[in-house]
Amino acid sequence: MKVSYFPGCTLKNKAKDLDAYAYKSAEALGVTLEEIENWQCCGGVFTTSKDEIATKLSSVRALKAANDKGQPLVSVCSACHNVIKQTNYAMQTDKDFAFKVNNYLKEDGPYNGETEVLHFLELLRDKIGFDTVKEKVVNSLKGKKIAAYYGCLLLRPGKVMRMDDPENPTIMEDLIKALGAEPVVFANRNECCGGYVSMESPALAAKKSNAVVENAKAKGADMIITACPLCRYNLVKNGADIPVVYFTELLAEALGVKEDNK
Amino acid sequence: MQRIGVFVCWCGSNIAGTVDVHAVAEALKLEPGVVFSTDYQYMCSQAGQNIIKEAIAEHKLTGIVVCSCSPRMHEATFRKTAAAAGLNPYMVEIANIREQCSWVHKDMPIGTEKAIILGKAAIAKVNLNAPLTPGESPVTKRALVIGGGIAGIQTALDIADAGFPVDIVEKKPTIGGKMAQLDKTFPTLDCAACILTPKMVDVAQHDKIRIFSYSEVTEVKGFVGNFDVKIKKHARYVKEDVCTGCGDCVSKCPMKKVPNEFNLGMDNRHAIYIPFAQAVPKVATIDPNACNMIKNGKCGLCAKVCTAGAIDYTQKDEFIEEKYGAIVVATGYNHISMDKFDEFAYNQSKDVITSLEFERLTNAAGPTAGKLLRPSDGVHPHTIVFVQCVGSRCDACAEKGKEYCSKICCMYTAKHAMLTRDKYPDTDVYVFYIDVRTPGKNFDEFYRRAVEEYGVHYIKGMVGKVVPEGNKLKVQASDLLSNKQLHIDADLVVLAAAIEPDKSARPLATMLTASMDTNDFFTEAHPKLRPVESPTAGVFLSGACQGPKDIPETVSQAGAAASKVIGLLAKDKLTGNPCIAHSDEMMCNGCSSCERVCPYGAITYVDKEFRMPDRTTAIRRVASVNPAVCQGCGACTVACPSGAMDLKGFATSQIIAEVDAICK
Repeated sequence: MKVSYFPGCTLKNKAKDLDAYAYKSAEALGVTLEEIENWQCCGGVFTTSKDEIATKLSSVRALKAANDKGQPLVSVCSACHNVIKQTNYAMQTDKDFAFKVNNYLKEDGPYNGETEVLHFLELLRDKIGFDTVKEKVVNSLKGKKIAAYYGCLLLRPGKVMRMDDPENPTIMEDLIKALGAEPVVFANRNECCGGYVSMESPALAAKKSNAVVENAKAKGADMIITACPLCRYNLVKNGADIPVVYFTELLAEALGVKEDNK
Repeated sequence: MQRIGVFVCWCGSNIAGTVDVHAVAEALKLEPGVVFSTDYQYMCSQAGQNIIKEAIAEHKLTGIVVCSCSPRMHEATFRKTAAAAGLNPYMVEIANIREQCSWVHKDMPIGTEKAIILGKAAIAKVNLNAPLTPGESPVTKRALVIGGGIAGIQTALDIADAGFPVDIVEKKPTIGGKMAQLDKTFPTLDCAACILTPKMVDVAQHDKIRIFSYSEVTEVKGFVGNFDVKIKKHARYVKEDVCTGCGDCVSKCPMKKVPNEFNLGMDNRHAIYIPFAQAVPKVATIDPNACNMIKNGKCGLCAKVCTAGAIDYTQKDEFIEEKYGAIVVATGYNHISMDKFDEFAYNQSKDVITSLEFERLTNAAGPTAGKLLRPSDGVHPHTIVFVQCVGSRCDACAEKGKEYCSKICCMYTAKHAMLTRDKYPDTDVYVFYIDVRTPGKNFDEFYRRAVEEYGVHYIKGMVGKVVPEGNKLKVQASDLLSNKQLHIDADLVVLAAAIEPDKSARPLATMLTASMDTNDFFTEAHPKLRPVESPTAGVFLSGACQGPKDIPETVSQAGAAASKVIGLLAKDKLTGNPCIAHSDEMMCNGCSSCERVCPYGAITYVDKEFRMPDRTTAIRRVASVNPAVCQGCGACTVACPSGAMDLKGFATSQIIAEVDAICK
């Protein structure tokens, strides 16, 4: 299976692990990630103002490129995925927005949200299947107690992301089970890490991050996984005393394709 | 040729505001067959009806057209008017120029033109109308009540007290429903069991009432006055008529780790059990999923200790068939699952509970014998947070919850808060609300008492997150009035979960061909004027199956439904609807198409002798409609390939005449 892949800028800088292990794991599972040519920043944040189109254009270009190849568009960063999926939803449902975007881009042929947008986790669950993942595991993570930290962007807004129940998700827990480890469900798993507030009010961000880590630890977790570079940054920077890693790294480890690439 | 009178109603300004009623009356005067045409302010009023009666006499009318509101509203009124003046009531046609014309148009010329066209269509139909006489059918003088909660109990008692036999079908091993699980009842705080259990005993002892507990309705056939119902009585592996309810079997049963559904799983029961002390019927039931003897033939202790010899491991499900004249639906409600509301950590902490669980925790017959103790560690909670509207009024998240207000939560939460403060004054009680809705007799006074006398902290705002940490529940909430974020360390969080109709309601509605709304509440025949009747004749609604209701309202509705049933069963004969299908035997070729589409089983086939043109006799198979069963839906007339099937009062020729009049 071949899919279009949108890495995003952080994955080529701060979050190289997230990207590299996504490639390796996908390969081990028989999926080729084909990076979109000349991809540009996703926009960073999906602005909710209706008349703002400029920050969403690059996402549409990526979506159109995937559509031209007849492939689903996969991303792995929570923030990129959030912007791309919301933009695609707007292209499907907001005729006025789609009209303006198409007029502006002047691509060959209009684009109206036809591309299937998948998070890497959805690729694992819906296209590959957690059962298949389980079969391919060579280093079982048995005995590890792992807390899945969703953060705010991965699942919300629920009606647009349509990935999992935003208040009671199971997708990462199911992945952890497939890899042989024991998932730890904790209340703050879908709370904010502090996000960009860490630039303006580091103390507030620290408070939010600590609440997440403490809650996970109280539930017995010895590791936290996440899909979001910003979540990981905040958690690690604010002194998490258990490992916080990208889920792709854990996956690569279980699939036996993790090498030290630092 | 008919002599037709046309009567155009103004309906005050409802019609006359958008339709030039004089112009309509004048225009319709010129239609074929019309000998009289007039307009009047309120045709349905006594004076308006007199105009119709006088015109029928004076102009020797053979048919009338009333241009007014929907036939659902006043067709029956005008048919009665016609009958009083000696005209066959089925010679009356209604042109709906209100709901389908004046109310949907703003422009007078367009409204007037459309009203004239609708009038012309009705006139074209009346020209082809023939007098019809309704048939009669007998009434089975027995009622079925489905559901044995307070709604079903009250309805059954009221019907039985009027002298008619009633059967209650209850799917659980005992009647009593949700009310049996409650502790106190608002606004008077009398104990639920003290007022409910005497009624349950009345039901058990009433010579006109039979209880089919642990039973379900599996099939309903027939029609108003003549329902044939099949009831499945689940095997309880205990002979109901032999068991004395002594409970010896229960105390000896070794399987004692079965979650007790009566206490919502907060404690355990045995595999053989009596749900609660005042259960009716007070007989034991064996849970086949938990009983070792039934699962793998090992044990049999209960049979050994039963001195009455009531245990029967070989009992099978039993089917009972019975005829009923009327059916009352009283299937009640449940609260929604909290799985999608995990921001409140219901699945993560035992100390986050629903209001019904709280009710069991404060009930003297509950798992803690009425002491308010935390489920996790049995310690008395000192800070309790109540969250209202969990899943109710949830329009932004309709996938999770319900858009409607569950209506009862404000009052029971005030009750819980007040009782907690009364019994345990050292406890801090917070209630988070969107609005406090307490209309009802003595309801608002009750809520004010909770705030003013009992010092319950009512905070306008919602809880956003509950995080279990150590033995505390960290509650994060917003106080909208002071615009502050609140952080409360609670010991217990109580969720007022939205209520929804019982899951058995949907399949039952299909069996009864009774309609439901999008939330699976049963629809009433008219929201204001016929609130306890289903649009399906002979089916009545009692209690929360029709919408969220508290006990006072449920009991009033139960009585109202009973009075409707009594009114029906008091009749010896029912007048049927004469607008039913009939088959032209000369044209019918016996193909069975109509029989296959008939949802009521009204069509059978008979072999009939026909004289052929050459004077020989031939036997042909032809369709025959049972006039007592046919509901006049018209499905057969569409399915008939030879045009033999037709509907009286809505003949194909009449409908085509209407269409022609519109398209002219």
